[in-house]
Amino acid sequence: MRRSASIVSLGVSLLAVFAVISGGCRARDTAVEQGLRDQILHRGFSPDIADLDPHVAMMVSDYGVISAFFEGLVAEDPRDLHPVPGVAERWTVSADATAYTFHLRADARWSNGDPVTAADFLASWRRALTPSFGCENAALLYVVRGAADFHQGRTTRFADVGFAAPDARTVVITLDRPTPYFLSLLQHWVWWPVHLPTLEKAGNPYARGTRWTRPETFVGNGPFRLKEWTIGQRIVGVKSDTYWDAATVRLRELRLYPMEDINAEERAFRGGQLHVTEAVPAAKIDAYRAAATGELRMDPALGTYFYRLNVKHPFLEKREVRQALALAVDREAIVTRILRGTQVASAAFTPSGVAGYEPPQGLEYNPDAARARLAAAGYPGGQGAPTFELLFNTSENHRAIAEALQEMWRRELGLSVRLVSMEGRTVLDARRTRQFQLLRSSWVGDYADPMTFLAVWRAASGNNYTGWQSPAYEALLDRAEDTRLPEERCRLLREAEGMLLQDAPLIPLYRYTHVYLLHPGVRGWHSNPMGRHPYKRVWLEPTR
Amino acid sequence: MLRFFASRLLQSLLALIIIITATFFMLRFVPGGPFTTEKAVTPEILRNLEAHYGLDQPLWKQYLDYLGSLARGDFGPSFKYPNRTVNEILADKLPVSLELGVLSLLVALLIGLPLGILAAVRRNTWVDYVASSFGMVGISIPTFVVGPLLVLALAIHLGWFNASGWYSPIDRMLPCLVLGIAYAAPISRLTRGGMLEVLSQDFIRTARAKGASELRVVMRHSLKGGLLPVVSFLGPAIAGILTGSFVIETIFQIPGIGREFVNSAFNRDYTLVLGTVILYAVLIMALNLAADVVQAWMNPKVRLEA
Repeated sequence: MRRSASIVSLGVSLLAVFAVISGGCRARDTAVEQGLRDQILHRGFSPDIADLDPHVAMMVSDYGVISAFFEGLVAEDPRDLHPVPGVAERWTVSADATAYTFHLRADARWSNGDPVTAADFLASWRRALTPSFGCENAALLYVVRGAADFHQGRTTRFADVGFAAPDARTVVITLDRPTPYFLSLLQHWVWWPVHLPTLEKAGNPYARGTRWTRPETFVGNGPFRLKEWTIGQRIVGVKSDTYWDAATVRLRELRLYPMEDINAEERAFRGGQLHVTEAVPAAKIDAYRAAATGELRMDPALGTYFYRLNVKHPFLEKREVRQALALAVDREAIVTRILRGTQVASAAFTPSGVAGYEPPQGLEYNPDAARARLAAAGYPGGQGAPTFELLFNTSENHRAIAEALQEMWRRELGLSVRLVSMEGRTVLDARRTRQFQLLRSSWVGDYADPMTFLAVWRAASGNNYTGWQSPAYEALLDRAEDTRLPEERCRLLREAEGMLLQDAPLIPLYRYTHVYLLHPGVRGWHSNPMGRHPYKRVWLEPTR
Repeated sequence: MLRFFASRLLQSLLALIIIITATFFMLRFVPGGPFTTEKAVTPEILRNLEAHYGLDQPLWKQYLDYLGSLARGDFGPSFKYPNRTVNEILADKLPVSLELGVLSLLVALLIGLPLGILAAVRRNTWVDYVASSFGMVGISIPTFVVGPLLVLALAIHLGWFNASGWYSPIDRMLPCLVLGIAYAAPISRLTRGGMLEVLSQDFIRTARAKGASELRVVMRHSLKGGLLPVVSFLGPAIAGILTGSFVIETIFQIPGIGREFVNSAFNRDYTLVLGTVILYAVLIMALNLAADVVQAWMNPKVRLEA
């Protein structure tokens, strides 16, 4: 029995160790509480950022990291995203709206103390457009005269591109055509400057893969300077005292954590490690709602969940078939039953309320009309219709929605649908080679304007994939690009989208809502459709 | 012994080359590539990116180039993280996984061995029942259940630990405990089984008859033989535990190699996939070899066969 006694004593001593630890830790504040007092914001984000280089980063969520360390000519007001001065203190637009002159502020500085000059901007744009660099977002610069020619190698003279720097503090950008959303476009990080002398020290500044974004060598011009970057663990920024508007910046430090797993992120939030999360696991949403702590945030986002239809497929090439499919979808049921009311059902592709644009109605749920269209296509009650496939990337949510669609089309139209689930990149490859019939898709806008959505469906857009094209649709978009009357432009765009939705190379299901958790102590955090929260306007206040 | 060692080393080298070759070509035949992304890049951009990484070369040339740089110890650049090389990523993340692994292994052995030995010595008493139940429960409940449960109890409700992260020494406790328990369970069961077999043999009865104390019987006479099953289990288990656990690293947000191993495949980060596969292969082979050597030393029967 001596051994049993020793087990007991071991257990007791283990308990004692735990008691000591717990006694020691209980007194300790959580990172969140400490952060509230010391102005240190802890934020989770995902997916992980590939590089802090604005010409390499390409995910929508990368804005939340890059914007801490860089600033462009214009910035945005977090309430409604209207352009506000950034490095440029003011700007003028030519009478024909194709030339923008930006006047840079005298006190704009890099984090090493150098002034931010017009030459920095030009060199940065040249870098983004250098073909061999392979900047994934370079096409966003194509609105500039000659930019596409330079980027696609038709000219090697950068002087032919519509960028000019008459003096160190003036930048002139000449566009192909009046582009009403140009200032919104400038809010995208691909337009932000990099410090060429720093890049040169790390190797060829016009080639990728150099190491200048390491904390030891990093130079930016944003409200924070990079202090630490441990891949897969955290990115730390501290308030920059060379930033021209440092007086506005109230946060002392910013800690950004790449969170691979939304469940782990939610646990970290509850454990007091994060002020802001990127997302919330669907299963937890009801609990947060019920608790009514004010931590659950649901911001309408600039994104749409939809299905692409391969219009070259023998069955789906019939317009009536596509319309029937779209009309038979009960989006409200999907949104309320599967998505727990977090997302907004929508039969239109472009989210409403962006730059004053309201999309047309689209093919709303109407089973009778759906059956009539299918009959008109020659398949009354689904008779004679082939079985077709619904392709989606493996995920519980996508599967649930696909199953709902399968059931709706079976019930309303008598059609038989097969569900095919594949791993992410395999699906993207099937999309590229158009090896699909119906494909789950999503689109998130690059800038706050309907054009970032409607341009997807141009025949030459690399993002169309459906095989659908319409000269009439493109003519309407072209006219909208050329017009300078905002109402007329919206009308043309609405007409174009109406045409698109009636032709139904796509079936929109819902508009995205950004659902995440936010600690009540975070202030200056406004809801906007781009999910942009400029850190210089954010501060923290202890909640008790 | 030396011949045994040399022939095993040669076999391993051959296996490694086969693994590299198979991985290299299998990766390329998987649909989608490192630059297949949600938002399309223009054909020009894609061509330029492929040229930058040499993906525009014929496959056989890429393969030979890769073997060439591998011979120089260069795993190449990562596709997902353009400013890092695979060498750097491995050097960054392997130590994290090693630390997690070594600590968990210690936990596993410190819990598993004593429990197993106690259970065998006190067979069919409550000690045995408790130890065996622990073994069953530990084997049956996966880490992705135990982990979040412990986080819920100890981190969120009691506030003793951080729910995730790998910053201070205290952050090591929860993940190592969870991973350790997962390995302690099979270790305790194997130890119990091995010990029982040895304890029922004649030479143990002889030792007892000669008046050897219980402690001496266990430590001196039966431990070496009783632990044989554990040792053969430990070879691959150590390799698994040291190279990182995707599940544990994800649950606790630990920047280890296990997560890279899985994610690099999703990202089609060709060079990083190869880098992690080679690392895993070398580790597993080395540890299996080590397990064989230790077994040969512990078990005369194995020594003769070799």
